Amino acid sequence: MSDMNWSLRESHSFDRNTIAEIRRAAQTGLYRIRGFGAKRQIPTLDDLVFLGASMSRYPLEGYREKCDTSVTLGARYASKPIQLKIPITIAGMSFGSLSANAKEALGRGASEVGTSTTTGDGGMTPEERGHSTQLVYQYLPSRYGMNPDDVRKADAIEIVVGQGAKPGGGGMLLGQKITERVAEMRTLPEGIDQRSACRHPDWTGPDDLAIKILELREITKWEKPIYIKCGAARPYYDTALAVKAGADVVVMDGMQGGTAATQDVFIEHVGLPTLAAIPLAVQALKDLDMHRKVQLIVGGGIRSGADVAKALALGADAVSIGTAALIALGDNDPAFEEDYKKLGTRAGFWEDYQDGSDPAGITTQNPELAKRLDPVKAGRRLANYLRVLTLETQTLARANGKSHVHNMEPEDLAALSVEAAAMAGVPLAGTSWIPGQS
Amino acid sequence: MPLRDANARLQGDAKSAGAFFKVINPRGAHALACGLDSEIEVEVEGHTGYYCAGMNKLARVVIKGNAGQGVAENMMSGEVRVTGDVSQSAGATAHGGLLVVEGNAAARCGISLKGGDIVVKGNVGHMSMFMAQAGTLVVLGDAGDALGDSLYEAQIYVRGSADNLGADCVEKELREEHREKLRDLLGKAGCSDVDVSEFKRFGSARALYNFKPDNVDAY
Amino acid sequence: MCGIVGLYLKTSSLKDRLGAMFTPMLIEMTDRGPDSAGVAVYHAPASEGQVKITAFHPDPGFDWAALAEAVSSDLGVTIEHHANDTHHVLISGGEAEALEDAIEDYDPLLQVMSAGTTIEIYKETGLPEEVAEKFGLKDMKGSHAVGHTRMATESAVTTAGSHPFSTGLDLCLVHNGSLSNHNRLREHLATHRGIEFKTENDTEVAAAYVSDKMNAGRSLHEALEDSIKDLDGFYTFVVGTRDGFAVLRDPIACKPAVLAETDDYVAFASEYRALVDLPGIETAKVWEPEPAVVYSWGGRA
Repeated sequence: MSDMNWSLRESHSFDRNTIAEIRRAAQTGLYRIRGFGAKRQIPTLDDLVFLGASMSRYPLEGYREKCDTSVTLGARYASKPIQLKIPITIAGMSFGSLSANAKEALGRGASEVGTSTTTGDGGMTPEERGHSTQLVYQYLPSRYGMNPDDVRKADAIEIVVGQGAKPGGGGMLLGQKITERVAEMRTLPEGIDQRSACRHPDWTGPDDLAIKILELREITKWEKPIYIKCGAARPYYDTALAVKAGADVVVMDGMQGGTAATQDVFIEHVGLPTLAAIPLAVQALKDLDMHRKVQLIVGGGIRSGADVAKALALGADAVSIGTAALIALGDNDPAFEEDYKKLGTRAGFWEDYQDGSDPAGITTQNPELAKRLDPVKAGRRLANYLRVLTLETQTLARANGKSHVHNMEPEDLAALSVEAAAMAGVPLAGTSWIPGQS
Repeated sequence: MPLRDANARLQGDAKSAGAFFKVINPRGAHALACGLDSEIEVEVEGHTGYYCAGMNKLARVVIKGNAGQGVAENMMSGEVRVTGDVSQSAGATAHGGLLVVEGNAAARCGISLKGGDIVVKGNVGHMSMFMAQAGTLVVLGDAGDALGDSLYEAQIYVRGSADNLGADCVEKELREEHREKLRDLLGKAGCSDVDVSEFKRFGSARALYNFKPDNVDAY
Repeated sequence: MCGIVGLYLKTSSLKDRLGAMFTPMLIEMTDRGPDSAGVAVYHAPASEGQVKITAFHPDPGFDWAALAEAVSSDLGVTIEHHANDTHHVLISGGEAEALEDAIEDYDPLLQVMSAGTTIEIYKETGLPEEVAEKFGLKDMKGSHAVGHTRMATESAVTTAGSHPFSTGLDLCLVHNGSLSNHNRLREHLATHRGIEFKTENDTEVAAAYVSDKMNAGRSLHEALEDSIKDLDGFYTFVVGTRDGFAVLRDPIACKPAVLAETDDYVAFASEYRALVDLPGIETAKVWEPEPAVVYSWGGRA
């Protein structure tokens, strides 16, 4: 920018990104499909702070006094609930959208610290089952690779109604990534642009979902927890209806939730921010007297122990991470800067998960690129990252005097903006004012 | 007998191939005889609710009556036969096996099919074989609107009318290999007396396999 | 999101058994709708010049006699009334609309559930079995009945928010599904057609739409055909009128529906299991209604 003419004035309405998109649309005639999550600025958990303890509350001694992080998921109906050592799970990401090495690395990393991973829209691979001590099997509208043997091999079943990146939309996987193995797992011709349905083929609505849950329980002898995952569309009603339909666990995914390939217009313009979604979902559970009985997992833009702690304080039982986990594996690594440049992007900006050319070898089916990711080393990086998130969460919980991370409360928080105060239902910092509440 | 007990008996370990079970008075119960995974024979006497014989593997299930939504959904192998009508999404996402419907099938029959075979002696409802990927649907009667919409490599044979095809579904030539397949399926379904040359064959035009601006009207 | 059932008798010989046949149908749909339940029963038509109103007051100790007396003297009519738990049926001369207004003006907690010559609507929160027991449903007689068990989606779980909804004389509608354009339609019907809405429920909008069309001279059958074009979303409707009964599913038809017909009756349910105890069901014609096709019996269809 050294040659910048300071009298040039960029339009706020037609800024460089907008102009680039109009030009792209005019050239291709198709909407933009990309990966990653929402990129524009929205209110987030960053707009909250913990109050900490001092005179009126007493903190726990860091590193010495115990702060429990264990979570049990799915004891409502399942005879074999999921037991996690940490309140952070790995969100569903398919083999197909991710390389086999990336899936293996996720399994290794999560298992090392005692948490679960999740399959995605594309079936269960032996690699991920083998490397995940606790594996959640997604039950999606496409039912790619769905079969009763894998259902029984899973530790829990997650019925996907929607995801944060695209509530109301179906999946998409472009031809570059439909290799022979991916195509075979999905019963599709190689190289096509694969569309996934947005509604399940054999049920619509919570009354019918209740019957679908009955079937899955009958097939798995009532052993496995049933999760229902929704994008944050109408979180209060969606949570209440998931509970009424018989869920053991509700997964609520805010709009920052990532994706392998979705229309940009969906990613940026549909769904509620995670910050706004959590209190609504928690309220629904409380109104049904199901808070802590049906567990709530929150996803969408969780990056740090602070995010984890704030989500738990607002009432979640656990969080899930997707994009952050990929970054921990090596996504957008500056070590591949030259490759990113060749693709017309830069390390840190890479979002074309859909096109299979990932220099880091994660969101690709190209065997040469996939080889770049060492699943053992990447798995260790993920485990390290999960340990940091956990340590940070514990640190914040202890500072607020909690011996279990689930004992953090909204009362331990204050909001830095009026918007965040209204969305989270916590007072604006320095006041007792919660906008919208009398 | 509670559903769980009935299914536990059918799913239980002590199953010799060909063992025969009869379920009486199903009273429209849901999820009956689902998750079976051995070569047993089950006869259900009466109408069933949703997802009867769901995810079936190896077993042969006969429903003497009508079946509700999603009969034989995600079947892997074996055979499910319904003497009456079936509700929507019959045989949805089935990967294998044979579903025979002696009456009519409602909407979305064979939706997202992944390899199973379905023979319907009556008519099928709208959006049948929507996004079907592999496998075969044979309809002896008429097909409803938008047959085979967004079809992949699955095959459809219709003896009656199929006037309103879905996006990317087209009529294709019925060659000897297809007549052979039809004869085989009709034989298994118990209607060998039907003349296979009366059928029309439908499949994917493959024009929607890749996103192109020319296809925008079809989305 | 719900279970719906309907029973329309084609022969009067079964009239005394309407409630006995209908009650198990309603209770069987409990899983689909555990929050509240309601029924519309068509029986004992009021005599010429009389109207019949069903009203609800949440207080079991409410003085209905005093209400009847006050409204009688206000409007100069004679009101006959009898109790059924929290609901009361009032039979009176005069105009239905004036009576409804007078009743609702008398006490803000009073709600008129239905008005007409033949219809009576009873609905309450709670399990269908409790609701049926409370109102003595199984002993009710009549020509047809429409019932609903509710799994509330967006609007509140209240007595008023329970189905069936009645927005016109002798008309009731129940719904399984979720409409996607009801807010704007509600605004139109309220602003331009003078319809007063009592809830935020999408089904009330559908009921109002149908009664508005019928007030404008369309038959029940025609009004439902119109709704295929104007109502967006997912729905299965069952509609009752004084002497008619109709079923409609949206063009996509995801929500379940089963019809059964014999020489004696037409029965509808969300699922077949609600029909299993009906006499002669083994030999009845049982089928799934086609999408976007109006099925109607009786009435001005």
